[in-house]
Amino acid sequence: MKHTEIAIDPFAASVAPEPAPAPDAGPPLRPHGAPAGRPSLSLARHLVYVLKSNPMTLVASVLFVVMLLAAVFGPVLAPYNPLKSEAAAALQPPSFSHWFGTDDLGRDVFSRVLVATRLDLTIALAAVAISFVLGSIVGSLAGYYGGWIDKITGRIIDTIMAFPLFVLAMGIVAALGNSVENIVYATAIVNLPFYARMARAEVNVRRDAGFVQAAKLSGNTDLRALATQIFPNALPPMMVQISLNLGWAILNAAGLSFIGLGVNPPTPEWGIMVAEGARFIVSGEWWLALLPGAVLMLAVFTFNMLGDGLRDLVDPRQRT
Amino acid sequence: MAKVKTKSSLVLGRVVQAIPTLIGVIVVAFLLTRALPGDPAVYFAGPAATAESIEQVRVALGLDKSMPEQFLIYCRDLMTGNLGESISTGQPVLSDVMSRLPASLELTLTALLLSIGVALPLGILAATQPGTWIDHLCRLIVTAGVSLPVFFTGLLLVYVLYYLLGIAPSPLGRLDFIYLSPPQVTGFYVFDALIAGDAETALAALRQLVLPAMTLGLFTLAPIARMTRAAMLQALGSEFIRTARAAGLGWTKVLFAYALRNALLPIVTTLGMVFSFMLGANVLVEKVFAWPGIGSYAVEALVVSDYAAVQGFVLTMAILFVTINLLIDLAYTAIDPRVGFDG
Repeated sequence: MKHTEIAIDPFAASVAPEPAPAPDAGPPLRPHGAPAGRPSLSLARHLVYVLKSNPMTLVASVLFVVMLLAAVFGPVLAPYNPLKSEAAAALQPPSFSHWFGTDDLGRDVFSRVLVATRLDLTIALAAVAISFVLGSIVGSLAGYYGGWIDKITGRIIDTIMAFPLFVLAMGIVAALGNSVENIVYATAIVNLPFYARMARAEVNVRRDAGFVQAAKLSGNTDLRALATQIFPNALPPMMVQISLNLGWAILNAAGLSFIGLGVNPPTPEWGIMVAEGARFIVSGEWWLALLPGAVLMLAVFTFNMLGDGLRDLVDPRQRT
Repeated sequence: MAKVKTKSSLVLGRVVQAIPTLIGVIVVAFLLTRALPGDPAVYFAGPAATAESIEQVRVALGLDKSMPEQFLIYCRDLMTGNLGESISTGQPVLSDVMSRLPASLELTLTALLLSIGVALPLGILAATQPGTWIDHLCRLIVTAGVSLPVFFTGLLLVYVLYYLLGIAPSPLGRLDFIYLSPPQVTGFYVFDALIAGDAETALAALRQLVLPAMTLGLFTLAPIARMTRAAMLQALGSEFIRTARAAGLGWTKVLFAYALRNALLPIVTTLGMVFSFMLGANVLVEKVFAWPGIGSYAVEALVVSDYAAVQGFVLTMAILFVTINLLIDLAYTAIDPRVGFDG
């Protein structure tokens, strides 16, 4: 990828230097990427430019819409009942009537993959939403007030990061109990540090900015200035993080269900479908595991590309 | 002399800094063991327990005491290496984990060497020849690499290399069942077999290792290659490189002695995060290849709700990861003499 430093995915997050407040140039008064003049028009022009210069973003956007449609209308569109087994049609390779073939119980793999979209996206979205909200609150307070809040939250976040994240998620699900909800919580906790760190850094840079002082002088309380003046300016980079994080959240949830956590067998879900199909790989029935896996990969890829495009849109300076 | 002294105090300072992290890890591990669904005493007493025997188990496990007391007992047990007993194997968790750790380490380290071996040259080439096919290849690998579910790549490799082409051995465990495992010295089958002078077993073990290591290596290739490319680009664009070139130094010397040495720091930093993901992905790879390491031990334990084993695994992984991060930080000083630990 072309980007070097700003936290765009978990790998880069640890590397990203916290943006130090520039000594001479004050913090940006406008939100990232919103140019002067007529913002909406030039933003649209910029969007067209970004899409043109990086066609992958366009592909990813289309895929994203398809995925959303599949999540919403999947159960209606599915050609077969995803749970109905039919022994006569077991283990058929992909054909015109069964696009992704059938599994060992004769269930239509394509229907199952399609129906699973909703569950997989919901888990990822819910997890990312929780970690975004909690992480933003914790990080903003830490970045604005500093002091003991910063020390304590920083310590907690360091402790979470001291675990290999997937392993911690496994431990949390094992401790809280084996259910889909707990997969969501585990993924949320594991993702929390990235949002908290980012919110802290973004808020910290702006806490003494001119527009914040102006807001406070005109009678706003600290919390109000934080919520209405500072945080909205921290949003654009956080949005990029969300998009990139969604892909990782899907991978994480699918990984957990691949090892048998969370979703229970008859329910269609990408990770568990790959796990169930895995034992047929050595006998050559590849479609059972590889096609759901490929769809999973495509979903993660979509979110990653979308995140890249979003970043180019939000902050073109981060391109290298 | 003075320089040596500051360096050793820096090292000491970093080691001391790892202590609060370690305490945090232990607290979290303790909370995880106490957050079990339902009443742990009922669980450990078994299905046929009476109210009396449940009470006995509660006292035996110290669950009737206050939380801080329980925590102290937990710490004391940790000091003596007591992680509880696994229900499924009937062995102490510590001995289970220790007997399976070498398999995981063999896999992880081989994968790491493999991916560094490919990612470093790839990143350097991409940085020195921007816009060429190698740059595009690097970009493609890096973008696709972060999207690949590791269990998907594993199964794909099994299908292509084992089922279709028949090059790879069957993806089951560390050695084909026709071979005996070599006498344990290092715990790494390949080395152990070589030490025992058994080249055939060593080769067989190596063949079993190739697929899982490739799978795990592919997963870590992306972040390392990406950071190498970015760091090399930045280093090559800096003024001291221009000066070195202008002074007439050879390209190789400039590239490796000047640019790469400076680029190594961010690359080593990435390694910490890479390890976090690698230790997680290790679990999935071990499940795909029935690799008898601690990852598949934890997965088996999860299935039968063997909590002591799972928590022992989580704690072991965390301590391993803290140690690795410590080593990585210490490696900074070796690479870059300017680095201070609390700067």
